[in-house]
Amino acid sequence: MEEILKVSNLSKGFPGVQALSNVDFTLNRGEILGLMGENGAGKSTLIKVMTGFYRRDSGDIHFDGQAVDFTSPNDAVRHGISTVYQEVNLLPQLTVAENIFIGRQPMKKRGGIDWRELNSRAENAVAKLDLDIDVTRPLNTYSVAVQQMVSIARALDISAKVLILDEPTSSLDAAEVEQLFTVMRRLKSEGISIVFITHFLDQVFAITDRITVLRSGKNAGEFTTEGLSRMDLISSMLGKEFEDLDASRWGSSLGTGEGDPLVSMNSVGKKGFIFPFDLTIRPGEVLGLAGLLGSGRTEIAQLLYGVEKPDEGVLQLNGQETALSSPRGAIDEGMGFCPEDRKEVGIIPELSVRENIILALQAKRGALRYIHRKEQEAIADKFIRALNIVTPSSDQLVKNLSGGNQQKVILARWLAAEPRLLILDEPTRGIDIGSKVEIQKLILELAKEGLALLFISSELDEVVRCSSRVAVLRDRQVIGELDGTDISESQIMKTIAETA
Amino acid sequence: MNSFKKLPKLSVNNIPILTTISIFFLMYAAASIMFPGFFSLYNFVNIFKTNAFVGIIAVGMTFVIISGGIDLSVGSVVAFTSIFIAKMHQSYGMPSWISMLICLGIGLVLGLSIGCLITYFELPEFLVTLVAMFLMRGLAYVVHQGTISIQDDPFIAFMKRTGIRVGAGNLSLYVWVFILILILGILVSKYTRFGRNVYAVGGNESSAVLMGLPVKRTKVLIYVMSSLLATLGGIVFTIHLASGKPHNTIGLELHVIASVVIGGTLLTGGAGRVIGTFFGVLIYGLVFKLPAYISAFREWWAQILVGLLVLTFILIQTFVAEKTARAVES
Amino acid sequence: MDGKLLQNPNPLTKRFLFVLAGLAAILLLNLIISPEFFQVSLHEDGKIRGNLINILNNGARVCILAVGMTLVYATGGIDLSVGSVMATAGAMAALMIRPGYLQGLPVANPQPPLLLIMAVPLLIAMLLGLINGALVALVRIQPIIATLIMMYSARGLAVLMVEGQTPTYHGVPFTKLGLGYFLGLPLPVWIAAAVFLITVLVTKRTALGVFIEAVGENRKASRYMGIRTRLITMGTYVFCGLCAGLAGLVHVAGESSTSPYNTGNMIELDAIAAVIIGGTMWGGRFTLAGSIVGALIIQSLSTTVYFQRWPYEYSLVFKAVVLIVVALIQSEKLRAYAAQGWASIKSRRAR
Repeated sequence: MEEILKVSNLSKGFPGVQALSNVDFTLNRGEILGLMGENGAGKSTLIKVMTGFYRRDSGDIHFDGQAVDFTSPNDAVRHGISTVYQEVNLLPQLTVAENIFIGRQPMKKRGGIDWRELNSRAENAVAKLDLDIDVTRPLNTYSVAVQQMVSIARALDISAKVLILDEPTSSLDAAEVEQLFTVMRRLKSEGISIVFITHFLDQVFAITDRITVLRSGKNAGEFTTEGLSRMDLISSMLGKEFEDLDASRWGSSLGTGEGDPLVSMNSVGKKGFIFPFDLTIRPGEVLGLAGLLGSGRTEIAQLLYGVEKPDEGVLQLNGQETALSSPRGAIDEGMGFCPEDRKEVGIIPELSVRENIILALQAKRGALRYIHRKEQEAIADKFIRALNIVTPSSDQLVKNLSGGNQQKVILARWLAAEPRLLILDEPTRGIDIGSKVEIQKLILELAKEGLALLFISSELDEVVRCSSRVAVLRDRQVIGELDGTDISESQIMKTIAETA
Repeated sequence: MNSFKKLPKLSVNNIPILTTISIFFLMYAAASIMFPGFFSLYNFVNIFKTNAFVGIIAVGMTFVIISGGIDLSVGSVVAFTSIFIAKMHQSYGMPSWISMLICLGIGLVLGLSIGCLITYFELPEFLVTLVAMFLMRGLAYVVHQGTISIQDDPFIAFMKRTGIRVGAGNLSLYVWVFILILILGILVSKYTRFGRNVYAVGGNESSAVLMGLPVKRTKVLIYVMSSLLATLGGIVFTIHLASGKPHNTIGLELHVIASVVIGGTLLTGGAGRVIGTFFGVLIYGLVFKLPAYISAFREWWAQILVGLLVLTFILIQTFVAEKTARAVES
Repeated sequence: MDGKLLQNPNPLTKRFLFVLAGLAAILLLNLIISPEFFQVSLHEDGKIRGNLINILNNGARVCILAVGMTLVYATGGIDLSVGSVMATAGAMAALMIRPGYLQGLPVANPQPPLLLIMAVPLLIAMLLGLINGALVALVRIQPIIATLIMMYSARGLAVLMVEGQTPTYHGVPFTKLGLGYFLGLPLPVWIAAAVFLITVLVTKRTALGVFIEAVGENRKASRYMGIRTRLITMGTYVFCGLCAGLAGLVHVAGESSTSPYNTGNMIELDAIAAVIIGGTMWGGRFTLAGSIVGALIIQSLSTTVYFQRWPYEYSLVFKAVVLIVVALIQSEKLRAYAAQGWASIKSRRAR
């Protein structure tokens, strides 16, 4: 097998984080290679370096036998490496044909775009993928699946030898995924090499020839798909061996909560978002959601918190059927949500630590019942101490804090608001070990005081340690629930690995 | 497999412009029925002549708005151009065609500055063009504070005199500049890479960057084009009135934007047709002709009416956009 | 608190000092060119007069506008219609004080009560602000466009109200608003001071200030926290309309006649410039004190031009230049380019 793309000893760092350390990566001609890894593993950085988005710090890249150093994405495209991104990065208001050819439209001899030629070539490009669509219609009149195909058609037309598909199936249904796979197989037979980035286990086993796994910016495994066991794959992604010592169970002291469920979700689902699921949470219990990246955990949280509205199912809060139309509604019902993406929906960068901490509590009390400065400082100081937030003073602007400390500020914010149900989505991400343990202890304390908690984490040991019950997810579906002595990392991994 | 028929597709993207064209014809028909004498060639020619300069500027503004930006400076550029030409003629006897060329040079520099500030320094468009608006207005007053009428300038006289006789009116040469710019605008928007890039930038700028399109260069060029056409509009305006007055054209930028929006161009960018702007300009001219016919319908009513019309169009656009998004999701 | 202030210089405080320095610079320049500039004298009628007082008096309108504009700007929006709303409010007031306007109503005194003359225009102004706010927050139209349309339509409305004429009036209680004095200083100055103080109080003593900043900086996060983002956004536009209405009343009261075409013409530039120079972020932290100083800077430019007997229009050019220079200085890109330039100079020196 010939190598078409070979990356050796690649390293790339950013201020504060080493994204890739001495990574090797090989793509053979005419194969479909799966690239997998959890959040922060370095997948997207690797792709961006390979395709000229970033410049590498050290290491070599060889393409088609020659050493290369791409200076821009365009450079890579011209050499024959094209990327199709997860969000279809095309121009929805323009026609299909134009999307394929914009920037390089065929011109008539006397000047001016030759639309006839353009449309005709577009028809051919699209036919190559067995797509029967009218290329003169605007792109946004077609489904996301079709738009993705158009993206691929564009990449191919610019004569790609290597096609990188970045999470192409996130928004597709089963039938559309099959169509994509058919196309991929056809392209493979024509000699095109494909890198398939995904977190869907079933898919990677269905379509790839080989799989490369990254973890924390380093190589974690290179496998041939045929004969690979799911267990081995999951192990390399999470860095845990099946026989590893299972984390101690603090959550066992919690029991499964008292009294009526605070939250009860029955057959709640949303098309293209998550399959219908059932969920209950009682005061005093910690329900952990375990699963790989993209398995649907955040989606459950968003449905619960009113960020997204379900298509079907019933949500009951305190025994009463409720429909939440916005986070405000959820907050009024006593919920709090500590989000995963602290930059997008978490911190208010130009406000101080103190202001960030008291904001949710203030919103709850309303604009008029202003929390006075003294009280603000008292609350802020209490949590700065409790969570060990590193900051010169509570007046420091949050944007100047390190990522981990920003995370603590957001956590503090919700703790200050004293909700009845707290949703924690990756609350310990980016935090040092010592603080992680503190937060985990805090979670248990809160549960003991009667709070209900929904705890989402990619780190299995945390989930195991803190939860009184664990719901396991895979590929946007709740596939099992564990409680009591069943809760262990190995058991969770086994559940995920089980074929449907 | 004849998918390149030139038939207008009744797709969602075409609704705005079809609405515009129908409104125009409806209004014209209604006015003609209600007011005897309205339906005359003279009237029609007059609407053209009075709004020719607006049309020229609107073509430039169409590109700016399609790219997702806005240019608030155009009215002031017109004022400056007209008073500059008039003053040069009066105080220095400079033939108008020379001062017109100088103005075009100034317009070029202005457009480049605006474009660079917006593109390379990432200052907000409303701010940069707002500042340009006040700068040019101020400079106009600095040139001269009162009205100056231009007499005995051969070039201007020639432009006014020459033309095609249409009924009782004279479709002067300067109106043909509008027609020319209009045609050029349509051709550029449909047949040049630059024109298509404008749509790309307005449709989804980040995608355009990822697709390797020359986004920065395009953005600068758009503002250069807008300023140049605003200057050209100012030149035509000066010819039309044969005078310069710095106080004029306050609020012109709104006229122009209104024409573009009524013409069906989306304010959010990414879609719009130059031909739509043409009808938008005519509708605008129509509305402002009505006061002459209805004594109770004073000018200010026209202003409020246009405001409402623009708002209605924006609401239609928002509604249509939401419908499209929902259709794709399902 | 003072110790903390220096330890942790809030970037806003740094900026405020800069802006204050700017104002001082302009005043100093005037002082150097014409020493009589600073002359302030107390006259027999108990009124203090002088150039500085003129700046304060004439600048009162811009100060009031700037206060309203600051909050809108802090939510990431803009209001281009303030001048036109001024005109509408002024037109309404002018109509109401014309003798016999409320004929037909059983009013003993032909002159409507001052409170009513003030209240109705202000309510109209707030209504116009509400429309702006609804378009921006509910229909989700860009603020520039929504307020541009209002700028246009409101002016038409103003002209409509007075039927294209220029109403005149004098000697009525209403004119006290513009011409009256209190404790030696002109009433408009007191009104502007009151607006400023009340707004500072409300935004600092309630959570509204933080909410506005949060919404402007990160709308999504604010929504997640339960802040009523749409209400807050609309509220800022209503308040801005109120300020515009008040400024309109002050303006109209200070003249003996008012033309709906001229009232508030171009004053949008002054208001926006005041806010930007003052240091408020477009979507984020705001500083009312900064906006006031910014307004005074803008007014000083106007007064300087007047005092030096340059044509009024020079002030437009000055203001435009100052504004763009300040915007550039504040722009992050400039800092980035400067840093790059400095780095390449250093590396060249090292060689």
